[in-house]
Amino acid sequence: MEVLDTGPAAPLLEMRGIGKSYGGVAALDEVDFSAHASSIHAVLGENGAGKSTLIKIISGAIAPDRGTMSFDGRPITVADPQAANAVGIVTVFQELSVIPDLSVADNISITRPPKRLGLIDRRAQRRRAEELLARVGCEDVNPRARVGDLPLSRRQMVEIAKALGRDPKLLILDEATSALTAADVERVYTILHRLRDDGLALLYISHRMHEIEELADTISVFRNGRHISTFAKGTQSDDQIVQMMIGRDVSNVYPPKPVRTEPPPVELEVSRLGWTDRLSDISFTLGKGEIVGLGGLDGQGQREVLLALFGVLRNVSGTVRVFDHKGVPRSPVVATRPDHAMALIPEDRKTEGLMLPMSISDNISLTSLKWLSRGFVIDGTAEKNAVDGMIEKLRIKIGNPDDAVATLSGGNQQKVVIAKWLLTGPRILLLNDPTRGIDVGTKEEIYRLLRELADAGTSIILYSTDYDELIGCCDRVLILYGGRIVQTLEGDAITETNIVASSFNLPVESEAAAEPVRPQ
Amino acid sequence: MPVPKMSNLRNSIDRPLLFAGLFIIAILVVGTVYTLIFEGNAALLSPTYLILQLKVASFLGIVAAGMMIVVLLGHIDLSVPWTMTASAMLAAAVGGPFAIPIGLGVGLAIGLFNGIGVAYLRVPSMIFTLGVNVMLRGFMVMLTGGFSPSSVPTDAMLWLAKGEIIGIPNPVIVWALISLAVAFMLRRMPLGRYIYAIGNREAAVYLSGVNTRLVVVASFALCSTLAAFAGILLAGYSSKAFQAMGDPYLLPSIAAVVIGGTNILGGAGRYAGTVVGTILIVLLQSVLSVMQMPEAGRQIIYGVVIVIMLLAYGRGQRLRV
Amino acid sequence: MSNFRLWISHNTGALIAVVLFLVLYIFYSSLHPRGFTTDLLVQNSNEALALIFVSIAQTLVVILGGIDLSVGSLMTLVNAVASEVVIGTGPEIVLGIVICLAIGLAGGLMNGVIIVYGRLQPIVVTLATGAIFTGLALLVRPTPGGEVDGDLSWVATNALSELPATYGWWDSDPGWFNLVSGIPMPIVILLLVILLVWIPYRNSELGRGGYAIGSNEAAAYMSGVRINRSKLAAYTLSGMFAGLAGLYFAIQTGSGNADPIQAGTYTLNSIAAVVIGGTSLFGGSGGAIGTIFGVMVLRSITFCFRVVDTDSAVGFLANPLLQPMFEGLILVIAVTLGAARAFSVKNRLNMFR
Repeated sequence: MEVLDTGPAAPLLEMRGIGKSYGGVAALDEVDFSAHASSIHAVLGENGAGKSTLIKIISGAIAPDRGTMSFDGRPITVADPQAANAVGIVTVFQELSVIPDLSVADNISITRPPKRLGLIDRRAQRRRAEELLARVGCEDVNPRARVGDLPLSRRQMVEIAKALGRDPKLLILDEATSALTAADVERVYTILHRLRDDGLALLYISHRMHEIEELADTISVFRNGRHISTFAKGTQSDDQIVQMMIGRDVSNVYPPKPVRTEPPPVELEVSRLGWTDRLSDISFTLGKGEIVGLGGLDGQGQREVLLALFGVLRNVSGTVRVFDHKGVPRSPVVATRPDHAMALIPEDRKTEGLMLPMSISDNISLTSLKWLSRGFVIDGTAEKNAVDGMIEKLRIKIGNPDDAVATLSGGNQQKVVIAKWLLTGPRILLLNDPTRGIDVGTKEEIYRLLRELADAGTSIILYSTDYDELIGCCDRVLILYGGRIVQTLEGDAITETNIVASSFNLPVESEAAAEPVRPQ
Repeated sequence: MPVPKMSNLRNSIDRPLLFAGLFIIAILVVGTVYTLIFEGNAALLSPTYLILQLKVASFLGIVAAGMMIVVLLGHIDLSVPWTMTASAMLAAAVGGPFAIPIGLGVGLAIGLFNGIGVAYLRVPSMIFTLGVNVMLRGFMVMLTGGFSPSSVPTDAMLWLAKGEIIGIPNPVIVWALISLAVAFMLRRMPLGRYIYAIGNREAAVYLSGVNTRLVVVASFALCSTLAAFAGILLAGYSSKAFQAMGDPYLLPSIAAVVIGGTNILGGAGRYAGTVVGTILIVLLQSVLSVMQMPEAGRQIIYGVVIVIMLLAYGRGQRLRV
Repeated sequence: MSNFRLWISHNTGALIAVVLFLVLYIFYSSLHPRGFTTDLLVQNSNEALALIFVSIAQTLVVILGGIDLSVGSLMTLVNAVASEVVIGTGPEIVLGIVICLAIGLAGGLMNGVIIVYGRLQPIVVTLATGAIFTGLALLVRPTPGGEVDGDLSWVATNALSELPATYGWWDSDPGWFNLVSGIPMPIVILLLVILLVWIPYRNSELGRGGYAIGSNEAAAYMSGVRINRSKLAAYTLSGMFAGLAGLYFAIQTGSGNADPIQAGTYTLNSIAAVVIGGTSLFGGSGGAIGTIFGVMVLRSITFCFRVVDTDSAVGFLANPLLQPMFEGLILVIAVTLGAARAFSVKNRLNMFR
């Protein structure tokens, strides 16, 4: 392990020989790590690299099996989040830790509220909330509002205000910008830089490379539970950093796209689709064997397009034609019928895709029990064959199909979700950010699988928050902004610059290139 | 094996069966020691006594079978007492060859009503079924107050509850058949799989293209129909359908289900556990009454046993973030 | 949104209960043969107070996201004990009251300890402890009976004017006292309890912790809320309210009765009152004030049926046998209306949250 000297001063946080295992598998292995005051320190790594475990140990959410920690020169043990707060370690978690039914002011002062006569002083609490919200540039948030009534990005800002209110010496941000709008992200950057200049140590975890380049002073890379390297920003190229994260060469991540001479037959035709104020005037077609990407900033209606097509949303306007059927499917029951043959890989596999405590086999066969049954009885042999076939086809790494899905890694869990849908033989496949939180190896397998399916005639709509994925996978990319399609990119026009520009609803580099031109 | 299970908790799933089985033996041993000392016999070990206990257990067992289906979904049915009572009373009131079908039909109708309230109106089942229970009580009180219908069970009901085939009481046979059917449904039928799946994560099941509302309605209908059946049997057994006859069955049926290892939040549990839990509760009550324990002591022991069994099954997961 | 509109939107459930109560009670007292009188108010509030205390006990647990099936049984236990100990000389009576409240606290603490440290589901734990409380109540009072100090009974169930009169505080009422002397004692007791117990609890870190746990326990833990402490406090306080209910019920009836059926009725009605009072069964919102009005709505319905003219077209409504059915019907209608959002949900995935 190479550790570059990141500053002359003694580190604020120092961890030595930290280890943590879950059921015999090491999540962290003999990790030494330190963070310095007046510095933004980014932690990088694939999922399962040990970043989250590291953060949870520092913030007291879990206890390490081995190792020592010292903070501000004194050895410490953090038994729980309160203990971490007490020494000045404050964490903004990826899964929001704001409490939806309490007011903004209550949330910000959830611990150590201002008191009068031993009771919470609501007025002082509101004043404190106003001050802290002003610090993060959110004067528009009423401290009396219920946090659950705020949009996601405001909630995240409340979370950051709450963290600042605890006078942190070390502030940890775990994927803290994933829910923010572009304007908010800018604001957060400004705040973080100011905090660094005020002398705080910041630990920053993100999957977005460009964020890290903009923010970090120091970068640490983790892989397989080990601390691989720490270096100052700019001393390593992007390629080198990616190398460190995956530990091997990545080449030909994306399979080649087919060359079409004429447009494929249209399988799905969407015209003037609208839903509440979130979607309006969405029109596009999906040809047989095409992969159409949905892009743009997070939360511009991409998710809703998929849900509307799958029959989850109520009161959808406009018309949809699926094969020979006119009309928006009324429910997933209709959408999954053989005559529609649609499948949806949902956004959150843990809450929408899987029954975690149930077995791998049960999860895979759930969508297909109808045809795996004879009369009213499940055909055990047919089920086993079908499940085993899928496990083999997708190369899902498991011990036993009867094991709970919860025991699998994120990537394999996502494969189980895909398997349960492939078992139904879908002709239209809708994917909602299917590679989020998944290791690079599995990602590659998924990309190849999608192209194989498309070549075999499945039509695919892929929503992805990762530009690279849209560029590498899609035949066509629709960019959404504010619930409308603002740009259609095709062929060579699918470039990072064009995607980014149209995501912010700016004109693309070369208007001509963005016109629907069929590549030769 | 297509039984849903929590592999990481596999041991604790089987533990309830083991513990409850051991506890049943302990009850019999303690009771027998008592009867040997004070009465000089081992009456509790006689086949007559044990078969009688199975007969008594069959009423609770049938109710618990239905309750378990609903609990597996993550719901609960508090309308069971007056579903039993209303079905039995209406069956007796109608009389004739249609008594039993009418009684079951009443149960089915109540179950459909519960299911629609829970699945379509999305009212929390605890509240909805509670309200239905109170309404049924009011309805039956009004009916009997106004019309004083017959409360005498028909011959068919009497035969079903009191008759026996080659020495085995009919209710025990009925319970055994229902148990086989429910266990088969839960293990081998898509409906059973959907029930476990919904108990784990309803959103995932809905997005899998399963008509989850239909599954919920069907489960409540099954639960109420089984409760109605138990009520009809009970009326035959007591030779009378009377008000509040179902009241003593609500809490024991829930207790039997959870003592049998079914997660009260739904999604996990084996049917065999519910059978063992039922037998445990019936034996416990019987042995305590053999030992002439006053009602006060019985209640206390009953409560303590439930708490101890649940603590012994292993505590819930510590909050892990 | 203005602060006032925010306040309305945060308290919609409770406000609906208030309006419903006013409508029902005005209807009732206008139909009452003697109209609205102090006596009527005294009588009505006597009938409501025990259920109010039990329902507040239930509210505290429901805010946590739990449910307590033992509140009625604990109330019955304290009721049985009260019929033995709340009698004798002044100090003996005070000691008796303290014993009653201590038993309530202990019962609630027991629930809390088993649920928190045993990590068990509240519904099954309280199912079991309910049986234990009922058993203990039967031990204390195998048959109905016992006695409670007569003066205390008289004072606690009449208008405030009887308090100084009974204990001879002064010969003639001072002028200021006439302003308040007509207020029924149960209302005075309730106001005192709300002021001295509920409001401080609601504004304490422990109390707010309870709301946070019910809203999102994992987030509360990560935010540094002391989960176990807040839960134990809520269950213990809930036990004390159940104890208050049992104590008042003994004072009101002048005796004790270990009746399991009555315990069950109180438990069920407490859940109904909590729901009608606007506390979400999923936890995290609501409160005692809404619950008080929830109880008053329930009780007003009962009152209304008493005054229906038996000779009129709707005379059959006066049949007391019908009352349970209407109580059930109203509960079902109330929760169904509350669930009307199921039909306004635009994204059906939100129905599962």
